[in-house]
Amino acid sequence: MAKKIIKPVMSAEQAVKSIEDESTIMVGGFNYGGIPYTLVDAVIDANIKELTLICNDTAYEDVGHGKLIKNGRIKKVIASHVGLNKATQALFNEKKLELELVPQGSLVERIRAGGYGLGGILTPTGVGTAAEEGKRVIEVEGKKYILELPLRADVALIRAYKADRYGNLVYYGTNRNFNPAMATAAGIVIVEVDAILEVGSLDPNRIVTPGILVDILVFKGDSYYASRT
Amino acid sequence: MLPVLEEEKARHRIAKRIALEFHDGDVVNLGIGIPTLASDYISENVRIIFQTENGVVGAGPKPEQNDWRFIGAGGRCLTLLPGASLIASDFSFGLIRGGHLDYTVLGALQVDSEANLANWWIPGKLVPGMGGAMDLVTGVKNVIVGTSHTSKKGAAKLVKKCDLPLTGVGVVSMVVTEYCVMRFPEKKMTLSELAPGVSIEDLQEATGAEFAVSESLCQMQGIEE
Repeated sequence: MAKKIIKPVMSAEQAVKSIEDESTIMVGGFNYGGIPYTLVDAVIDANIKELTLICNDTAYEDVGHGKLIKNGRIKKVIASHVGLNKATQALFNEKKLELELVPQGSLVERIRAGGYGLGGILTPTGVGTAAEEGKRVIEVEGKKYILELPLRADVALIRAYKADRYGNLVYYGTNRNFNPAMATAAGIVIVEVDAILEVGSLDPNRIVTPGILVDILVFKGDSYYASRT
Repeated sequence: MLPVLEEEKARHRIAKRIALEFHDGDVVNLGIGIPTLASDYISENVRIIFQTENGVVGAGPKPEQNDWRFIGAGGRCLTLLPGASLIASDFSFGLIRGGHLDYTVLGALQVDSEANLANWWIPGKLVPGMGGAMDLVTGVKNVIVGTSHTSKKGAAKLVKKCDLPLTGVGVVSMVVTEYCVMRFPEKKMTLSELAPGVSIEDLQEATGAEFAVSESLCQMQGIEE
């Protein structure tokens, strides 16, 4: 089904109703930056559980999607770094959380491959290390590469700066990070923004994510972390 | 015995030596810790473009007032220098893997005699994840390791063969410690600079690997007595 041309603007509570238990979600962000804090809080309030979480890092145990892990909502994490979140480490050690660690550049390329219709990507990163375990190593013109397979999600939670009603997005500062790639690689794309403008208000030269990728727009809330980013 | 050096003095000596490697126009990614310290010692007439893996090309020092919409890889606020650009993570790692950076500077748990690096995980301890380190050591033209010569418990960090999980195979170009500089011509650990008051014999004793000695061995640069 085609997405709506004029994107619905919903409350975070309403927007996350499209996430079911046991589904796979992507959450944008790098450390504190570019996390859709308001959407993640709504997922916690809605008691959605048994999720697979794809994210660059699992933030801190009381910050953003780090809280999803601390609250036991996640059964599997695919990420490049989990060292800042004590809950991720503790639950993994107690075997209550499955963890797939992927080098950061490979992780974002896997997401990009998922969104761009590629069957995988070949990267030299991690050849000869633990990152190659369980993966195919392919030699091309005498050089070894790891075949990294595409990643997609049922729902992506994205943080952008401004949107227009078509869902066209611009980003701000270092909040961009994984967000544009994730916006290409999920069935439903929900975006948290500072402002929603009339169609035609954003300069097409500056739009990074075209609105055809976006399903739902949500205004950012006023929690501490949401307001400071 | 190697001369005893206070930890803070050692860190600054390493950082200062690393800074001497950079040339005007180099694109550099600095890891957390000693590597970040290197930016304090760059000569005024050398313009460096600092890249951060989360998407800045042209990062500057920390701001007077924090704006959390601009952070670096360590999660601290930074400024953008005139001429900076902002990119997404896929683009950032394209730059890193694609060989568009001149130097990456990282810390180490172990570096071995064949230029292998282990710096992301000690099995048995909590697993942090490799983050961007594997991409950096794979794609960046020159990989500099800045580290204390031995661990806090006195164990050798320069070893014959890494027994910790590897970050990259044959990737290290240079190691700077408080006592020496090692380079890796043809993937072979070779002593190229030695700090004053350190003999090759004493250094060998504190090093877990046998190393070659460069024909052009000289005193470690950047040390003012």
